[in-house]
Amino acid sequence: MTGSLDMNILTKTVIFLSLALLLNGAPAETIFVTLEKDNALAVVDGESAQLVKTVAIGRRPRGIALSPDYRRLYVAASDDDAIQIIDADSLTVIGTLPSGEDPETFALDPDGERMYVSNEDDNLVTVIDIAEQKALKQIPVGVEPEGIAVSPDRKWVVSASETTNMVHWIDPKTLEVVANTLVDTRPRAATFTSDSKQLWVTAEIAGTMQVLDVDSKQIIKTLTFKIAGVGQEKIQPVGVKVDRVRRWGYVAIGPANRVAVIDAQKLEVEAYLLVGHRVWNLAFSPDQSRLYTTNGVSNDISIIDLKRHKVIKSVAVGRYPWGVAVKP
Amino acid sequence: MRIILTERLKAHIFRSTGATLLAFFLSFPLNVQAADEPTHLPVAYLTKEREAPTALSNLDPVIHDSGIQGARLAIEDNNTTGRFTNQSFTLEEVVVPLEADVVQAFKALAAKGYRHVVARLSAADLVRIQALPEATDLLIYDISTRDDALRGQECSAQVLHLLPSRAMRADALAQYMLKKRWQNWFLVIGPGDNDRLYASALKRAAKRFGMRIGEEKTWTHTFDARRTAQSDVPVFTQGVDYDILVVADEAGLFGEYLAYRTWLPRPVAGTQGLVPTAWHRTHEQWGAVQLQNRFREQAGRWMTEEDYAAWLAVRAIGEAATRTGSVDHSRIKAYLLGDAFAVAGFKGKKLSFRSWNGQLRQPVLLAAARSLVAVAPLEGFLHPKNELDTLGYDEPETKCRLE
Repeated sequence: MTGSLDMNILTKTVIFLSLALLLNGAPAETIFVTLEKDNALAVVDGESAQLVKTVAIGRRPRGIALSPDYRRLYVAASDDDAIQIIDADSLTVIGTLPSGEDPETFALDPDGERMYVSNEDDNLVTVIDIAEQKALKQIPVGVEPEGIAVSPDRKWVVSASETTNMVHWIDPKTLEVVANTLVDTRPRAATFTSDSKQLWVTAEIAGTMQVLDVDSKQIIKTLTFKIAGVGQEKIQPVGVKVDRVRRWGYVAIGPANRVAVIDAQKLEVEAYLLVGHRVWNLAFSPDQSRLYTTNGVSNDISIIDLKRHKVIKSVAVGRYPWGVAVKP
Repeated sequence: MRIILTERLKAHIFRSTGATLLAFFLSFPLNVQAADEPTHLPVAYLTKEREAPTALSNLDPVIHDSGIQGARLAIEDNNTTGRFTNQSFTLEEVVVPLEADVVQAFKALAAKGYRHVVARLSAADLVRIQALPEATDLLIYDISTRDDALRGQECSAQVLHLLPSRAMRADALAQYMLKKRWQNWFLVIGPGDNDRLYASALKRAAKRFGMRIGEEKTWTHTFDARRTAQSDVPVFTQGVDYDILVVADEAGLFGEYLAYRTWLPRPVAGTQGLVPTAWHRTHEQWGAVQLQNRFREQAGRWMTEEDYAAWLAVRAIGEAATRTGSVDHSRIKAYLLGDAFAVAGFKGKKLSFRSWNGQLRQPVLLAAARSLVAVAPLEGFLHPKNELDTLGYDEPETKCRLE
């Protein structure tokens, strides 16, 4: 009995130590950043926080995501009217997906089988079967669809249209819009909480972030942002992320050059972190100990330590960094 | 879409029938279904043919459909949104021939039940229709004038102005000049009435932002490129020292000849050179590139200021209909003029109407031919309520008295 207890303690200690090492030391992860103006992909090493290389890809690359097995990168090459499939190790383009015109953002379902693409100029969402590399359907939505997200429980796909000012709720089984929620002016990004109970949506021109209840599809909270010394006209929320345990949420506030830290339980702003100029999009590290931000005007990314809520470094990457994805 | 096509066809018929327009127009059967279809909102577009301006060069094609293309795009956008709100929007396009009377056409639209009229008319025509008893119960969306008088002593509670006034444009320019410390201006004024109005706005802006107009001259030379450019401009600008030449030539008769030909090497701004404008093809920030793309796909050309203003007018109507969940005129009007109203105009800020004169408050672009130089209001120009109100006549200064 005592022996097994000791073993238990030992195991726990080892786990604790390795965890501590993992969390305190810089993680050996790779950060991929699309460079809208350079037609390239920047590759940053998480451990050294250095730009490792820049790889030429399609024209005007914006949205980016990794497959759930981290073996492939998908990049929306907007001016090539395609989603490029890039091998995440060799960084060579190995194929394209028929995304429809001017793809900007897209979302993968949790299994990595389907992709939902916003076609901004055509007011459509294109649904792609990734294995078949084939478009299954184009779903008409509001004017200028942008933010798109799939709920972790696979029940919903939402598309936010910037000029219509709506969130469109798409049933992934029928691929039809079944409900619409009118939100604040110029919705940009949307993300579900990991329990699929809430949808967080940023509104760029209204300067707000709204939390929607997924069951009722109603707005349950509208957050506003006030930063001392920053004019209200600079409050233009874009990227939004919520951590797995719904403890903290983060909103990139564009030209305010800040990331808002939100208490995801109380739905209140807790702090503002100063990052680079015109912060657009956000990505967690796989262990969610860090947050990476793309800063479109200062041409860099900021690295935020989420345990301390401190910006620890910025890394110059190239012109107009837009999207970011992180591979362990 | 079918309805819009019919209306376009009708407008085409009007245009081609020329002088017989009015008789034909007045006898045309009514097809506005507002009374029995509560989710339908009909919008009218009223314009009058204009004499084609003398072409300065062959570089820019003459545009015959400025304004209407923006309205058409916005109707389409409203209907895309309307699919989800069960609202539909149609556009009736009326082009009054050169020699015909715009008042008759306006009265006919009012009689047909139109309550929203997007007007691309001259200041004189606008003043005439806004004073009509038929205008009392409707809203006129002015997408063409820039006159401060129409937003001041001659204002009307029935009119909303979508384009920035001359004062707003001049203030935008002056803010940038102050930032650059180009404070000593050489003001060159063209021969037209509008040029004098533009010059007055520049003088007002100069005073507000601490500029000095060191020299002011009226252009008296020819408008012949060969003569003017090579000999007249250097002589005309000789013997004056200044930071920047500011030109008021709205018709574009000589302003383009000034740059690179002045006696001293100085930049040019105003109606030519660095231009304050509501919209420009160099503008691509804040999602503007999307609007530029959608517009070009539809119209096959760049979007003009009037197209942008018409797009905004129809979008504002659509936004009010969406937010109020209604096509009722009084509800839409109350919402448009209320505090909650905001329309996104691809300029990074909420646009709304000034309660004191119906002017759309908006950022003003400062554009060079191939580069967007700045967007006013510039950083640091503060206002107790809304920084957009650092441009143009603010509430305490307005001469507009809306009943």
